[in-house]
Amino acid sequence: MSTVTARPGPKRELLTLAIFALAILTMPIWLAPIGAGYPDILQKFAIFGIFAIGFNILFGFAGYLSFGHAAFLGAGSYAAVWAFKLFSLNAVFAIVFAIAVAGIFSLVIGYVSLRRSGIYFSILTLAFAQMSYNLAYSVLTPITNGETGLQLSGGDPRVLDRALFVTTSRLQPPDLFGIALQGWSGFYFCAVLLVIAFYVSMRIRHSAFGLTLLAIKSNQRRMGFTGFSAKPYLLTAFVISGMYAGLAGALLATTDPLAGADRMQWTASGEVVLMTILGGVGTLLGPVIGAALIKYLEQIFSSFNEALLHRTFDFLPGAADDVVTAIFAPFVGEGWQLTLGLMFMAIVIFLPGGIMEGVRRIAGASRRQRTGSSAAAREVGRRIPAE
Amino acid sequence: MSIKLEWSRRRFLTTSAALGAGLAAPHVFVRNAWSQDKVFCNNPTGGTVTLGFNVPQSGPYADEGADELRAFQLAVKHLNGEGDGGMIPTFKPSSLKGNGILGKKVAFVTGDTQTKSDAARASAKRMVEADKAIMISGGSSSGVAVAVQSLCQDMGVIFMTGLTHSNDTTGKDKRRYGFRHFFNAYMSGVALGPVLAEEYGKDRKAYHLTADYTWGWTQEESMKNATEAQGWQTVQTVRTPLGAGDFSQYLTPVLNSGADVLILNHYGGDMVNSLRQAVTQFDMKSKQVNGKNFEIVVPLFSELMAEGAGAAAKGILGTANWDWKLDNAATKAFAKSFGTEYGRPPSQAAHTCYAQTLLYANAVEMAGTFYPPEVIKALEDFEFDGLGNGPTLYRGADHQCFKDVLVVRGKEEPANQFDLMEVVKIVPRDTVTYDASIFGGELGPAEVKGCAA
Repeated sequence: MSTVTARPGPKRELLTLAIFALAILTMPIWLAPIGAGYPDILQKFAIFGIFAIGFNILFGFAGYLSFGHAAFLGAGSYAAVWAFKLFSLNAVFAIVFAIAVAGIFSLVIGYVSLRRSGIYFSILTLAFAQMSYNLAYSVLTPITNGETGLQLSGGDPRVLDRALFVTTSRLQPPDLFGIALQGWSGFYFCAVLLVIAFYVSMRIRHSAFGLTLLAIKSNQRRMGFTGFSAKPYLLTAFVISGMYAGLAGALLATTDPLAGADRMQWTASGEVVLMTILGGVGTLLGPVIGAALIKYLEQIFSSFNEALLHRTFDFLPGAADDVVTAIFAPFVGEGWQLTLGLMFMAIVIFLPGGIMEGVRRIAGASRRQRTGSSAAAREVGRRIPAE
Repeated sequence: MSIKLEWSRRRFLTTSAALGAGLAAPHVFVRNAWSQDKVFCNNPTGGTVTLGFNVPQSGPYADEGADELRAFQLAVKHLNGEGDGGMIPTFKPSSLKGNGILGKKVAFVTGDTQTKSDAARASAKRMVEADKAIMISGGSSSGVAVAVQSLCQDMGVIFMTGLTHSNDTTGKDKRRYGFRHFFNAYMSGVALGPVLAEEYGKDRKAYHLTADYTWGWTQEESMKNATEAQGWQTVQTVRTPLGAGDFSQYLTPVLNSGADVLILNHYGGDMVNSLRQAVTQFDMKSKQVNGKNFEIVVPLFSELMAEGAGAAAKGILGTANWDWKLDNAATKAFAKSFGTEYGRPPSQAAHTCYAQTLLYANAVEMAGTFYPPEVIKALEDFEFDGLGNGPTLYRGADHQCFKDVLVVRGKEEPANQFDLMEVVKIVPRDTVTYDASIFGGELGPAEVKGCAA
């Protein structure tokens, strides 16, 4: 594998992007049969996809595991809601503002945390995130409205809207130049941003900067011996991924104008780590798949109850129906986290490269079957890793 | 070239008939649409109507959530005319017929709030967008209730809150689409103050430990005002983080602070932990301060928490919305029905959720439509009885229920594992009624575009 860095040409990049965009924008159609064809969950797929893609730039490309990324998600949300309250209900302004705030916030935290690497870096980020959470939850209540969460209200100043004589009614959700951003239009808005975020991440991955990050991941010490200072690159990656989180946070606030402190909790930070690992660390597509999978489990599995199981298995004879229902019941409803845990264990043990590794293995196997072993060997030689 | 048009009589008739049918068809649809109601979110069209029950199934309030879900399932059964009917026969004035709601069979969907605002809102949105729920109910903390309530206002779906005790829910964060049957921190303070003065005297010094979030603060404020009105002094108020687990660092200074009463503004797991530590680890109840017995007060008390705290809850004073041992026909009917179904008495969280479901169904029957603005009108200023709390008013100005409040005490000699609290005093409704304007906030409009737009 001498050509680890085999860079796909722009044509191939555009093809990947086109397929990705098509798959994302048609989600309402092909996800409907499994009960995920409604706007809110698809918005969440897109938003957490953006969050995970950004996280992957730091964790997947540079190999730095941040356990505090939810802090930037939360900061982005708060910034966006404040932008709605103070300046304008237009989403563009709030999103730019939130990305800027999250960028500055991640610059500060990244500057301190990146003085260490490995587990110490992870612990530092975790500590900062937990600190932010506690601040948001109680100390900073005048800014964050504490446990109840920050909401829009009729009496907000909205100086820009007032100055431009845009009439906004008292209680109105954010919009994009007059297009409401809830429901389906909200999903398409998030989906377009997800496609852009994916493209940017692909460009980063295939750029000299992305290459540097990969080199740092493979052996930072050797980079240091060659006289190469890794820190500016790492800090840049940290800030970029923080800005991705800020964008995701702003979108959460746009589609549902409320920012709560539990968005910053360590469980939320852990969730994005799970998403990335489940999907495939370092791959471009993996984090998006992982994000969708976790959100699907959280939303749909948690809504199954025993009555529904009985209905599903009622083709079985009486006793068997009860037995099968009893077997499945602990894994749905309140047991969705158990299912998630088992799935996570299975993937980490059998597919360390995440779902994307599974996809690659299946694709590789079918290709071998089709073209015979000599062609497969050639394929392996040409294979571009981790995509 | 000439085009030959030949119209036979038969062809003329079929063509005109087809044309007529084609032209009439849209009008038929329009008429049907018109004869139904106005366009609104999730107007139930089939033979069933779906309610969404959004409760914490994981996290610190999972016990309450499980009990709420039991109550919801029971309420749906009774509304559909199955089982013994529970409180439906005792509820009056009632328009419930025991054949579902407006003749439609009641179905329900459930979801996990995880006691987090985001998760609760996502779950509620799924119920509205995917499951077409016409009403959302449940919730076991004020933060979640406030968050879901404002979402329901935006989507045009009625929200019947479950267990939420903060003043804000029907105070500064009240909404036109949100309704609360449970009592609040203000009422707890007003009810508890005189009893505390009676039991422990008017010359007392209180030390507050308060859960550091919205509910804790409103409760602390209400308790401070109520006890100071009785002549008590407040020595200190200390905020504790939610879910602290170990409260010893907050309890250590209490006995040397000069205070002779400890008021624990905690709920759920926090209250169980802080109370147990205060009683067992610090042995506060056998101490003497200022020549008086040291006392502990838990303003919001519940059977589930008394169960968790065990012996530590004995003799502790607090308030409750309802208790299954109350001596009235409705309470007995409900406790019997719930006990037969699940083999345990209902908690106050279960009771309020059951009552809310019945109240919603009844309001729809009264309005004769599911159209939310009409249902809201039916609920506002609705005066009823027979749901276990005596005569109750759903005040229109803030959507808060006004009814008697119970002052309870942890039983010294429990007869069994469910017999943990005794009712000390029933504080009448007039005493705990307050002016709706004192907390501010505005309800917002009844007509919203909601999810139908």
